[in-house]
Amino acid sequence: MSGAGLLETTLRAVRSEGRKSLVPYVTGGAPQWVETVRACAANGATAIEVGIPFSDPVMDGPVIQEASQLALEAGATPVSIFEELRLLDVQVPIVVMCYYNTVFHAGHERFAKSLVDAGVCGAIIPDLPLEESGPWCEAADRHGVATVMLAAPTAPDERLPRVTARARGFVYSVGLLGVTGERQSLAATATALAARLKSVTDVPVLVGVGVSNAEQAVQACEVADGVIQGAAVVRRMLEGGPDSVGEFVAEVRRALDDRFPRIKS
Amino acid sequence: MTTLVTPGTDGRFGDFGGRFVPETLVPACQELEREFAAAWEDETFRAELNQILAEYAGRPSIITECENLGRQLGIKLVLKREDLNHTGSHKINNVLGQTLLAKRMGKRRIVAETGAGQHGVASATAAALMGLECKVYMGAVDVERQALNVFRMRLLGAEVEAVHSGSRTLKDAVNEAMRDWVATVESTHYCLGSVMGPHPYPYMVRQFHRVIGDEARVQMRDRYKKDPDVIVACVGGGSNAMGIFSGFVDTDARLIGVEPAGGAAVGRGQPGVVHGMKSYLMQDEFGQVQEAHSISAGLDYPGVGPEHSYLASIGRAEYPTVTDDEVIAAFQLMARSEGIIPALECAHALAWIVLESPRLAGKTVLMNLSGRGDKDVAQMMDILGNSI
Repeated sequence: MSGAGLLETTLRAVRSEGRKSLVPYVTGGAPQWVETVRACAANGATAIEVGIPFSDPVMDGPVIQEASQLALEAGATPVSIFEELRLLDVQVPIVVMCYYNTVFHAGHERFAKSLVDAGVCGAIIPDLPLEESGPWCEAADRHGVATVMLAAPTAPDERLPRVTARARGFVYSVGLLGVTGERQSLAATATALAARLKSVTDVPVLVGVGVSNAEQAVQACEVADGVIQGAAVVRRMLEGGPDSVGEFVAEVRRALDDRFPRIKS
Repeated sequence: MTTLVTPGTDGRFGDFGGRFVPETLVPACQELEREFAAAWEDETFRAELNQILAEYAGRPSIITECENLGRQLGIKLVLKREDLNHTGSHKINNVLGQTLLAKRMGKRRIVAETGAGQHGVASATAAALMGLECKVYMGAVDVERQALNVFRMRLLGAEVEAVHSGSRTLKDAVNEAMRDWVATVESTHYCLGSVMGPHPYPYMVRQFHRVIGDEARVQMRDRYKKDPDVIVACVGGGSNAMGIFSGFVDTDARLIGVEPAGGAAVGRGQPGVVHGMKSYLMQDEFGQVQEAHSISAGLDYPGVGPEHSYLASIGRAEYPTVTDDEVIAAFQLMARSEGIIPALECAHALAWIVLESPRLAGKTVLMNLSGRGDKDVAQMMDILGNSI
């Protein structure tokens, strides 16, 4: 099965069990990132998003900016991160998040191939909107790499079906107007957009950006098929290391499983 | 004959430009594209803008022939005096256009990035005039070296935030302004300060600065009965250069955009995508954007507006570089020869003219003096000290 197929099959299987997907985000190349990815996998992550650090991360708030900066200072490159991913032995699908210049500079074909070689299932490119996504999406499709499209709260209704038609693996439902980072409460836009997306697509819908803890994850999943948690994970990685992340992921997993238990078949 | 490009909905100048922004910003960019197109066709809007440009900014700006320098260099050197505009640079043209448009769109707040502080000062000024809230992002390094402009912005009622991420210069100020806009897009207009960013900004900002080239073309014909042989302007993002170039793209004049040696996006960059546009960009082998280094905060930018990349790619404009030392010499030369203290940015244009003058003998050279150098005096005092 292609990486794209594995990602979508995995998320759909979780949904058909009545459960919810949990996708932690880890900045590749940051201190102890590989151990952190393992800790996520061991504590109930459905899939893991690995960020490729970029010099100008315009969609990221201070926590992920700091992790990116640390990774770059430590000499991380897309090549070094792919090599570590290739050697990684976790049993959950990996999706990378990267800014478009990383893809454009490498070349669409070459970048897609390097994802396949690294065992990566998909890519999230936050500064590549629908209108500009064609050439990359075609290359990704050819290589069996899922392009996870983002949908934003500002999108008019007519735009959403066009975004979801182009989405592979899952749709990234942006939780709020703003950059990545933890918030006191889940924005009202988070569930509103997820509901609008669910009404136009069968592709799993995951809410990310501003889903800060277990309680907010449960709230988002009242509508969505799962959540992506970035800053909450990365902050714990920087402050407390992989064990701290493992405990957090396990806590969110438990909260989701308590509220949305497996439906006995 | 080359003509000025009007980009279609894909925002392209040849292979360059486009709209590479987060999904959140796509509807805002589309709305801006529609609203600008409608306003630009609307005689009432244009008349109102022209009136403010005349009665507030002081347009048209004059042209001045530098007889002393011209004699010294063996050329006819003419300056387009954007330094005489209100707030001291060409930036006011674009800012008055954008704030008028922002009001028309019902926005209550603008955000802006600034390097040297000229665009920040112009934005703060226009916001005060139009009754808009204004926040300016400025790299911490630039806050340090342009303290006077920071205070000026605060006097005008704007909030100035020092940006401590990345290289702490213009590129990082753009990142932070974009992050603000992503969070506030419903109430806020991003008043981008150069011919860069996602479509429609490169096109819109050029249209607001066309007045420089359009005026200069008429003024040159009135005074000298011919078009200049060479047009020279400095290029960071490239707004003053696009402004003056747009009046002469369809003539035989050579178009010269002078970049700093440490920020030569066209000269040393490769095509890349950052800040919403595909354009030449200084980057490493993995596509990480490199930090520019220039004595002039306004040119300390690793990218360039996409229309410049296009003009370079078709060979219509040339983008040579000059060093900081050559710029410092040119800065003093203009002060002493003509009694005009130029902005350090514009001293780049003069530095190229000086270096190239043996090959320009007898030519008529039109240089865009896009800003005045008052803001640079403290910095130059540190550099020159007692040596003058």
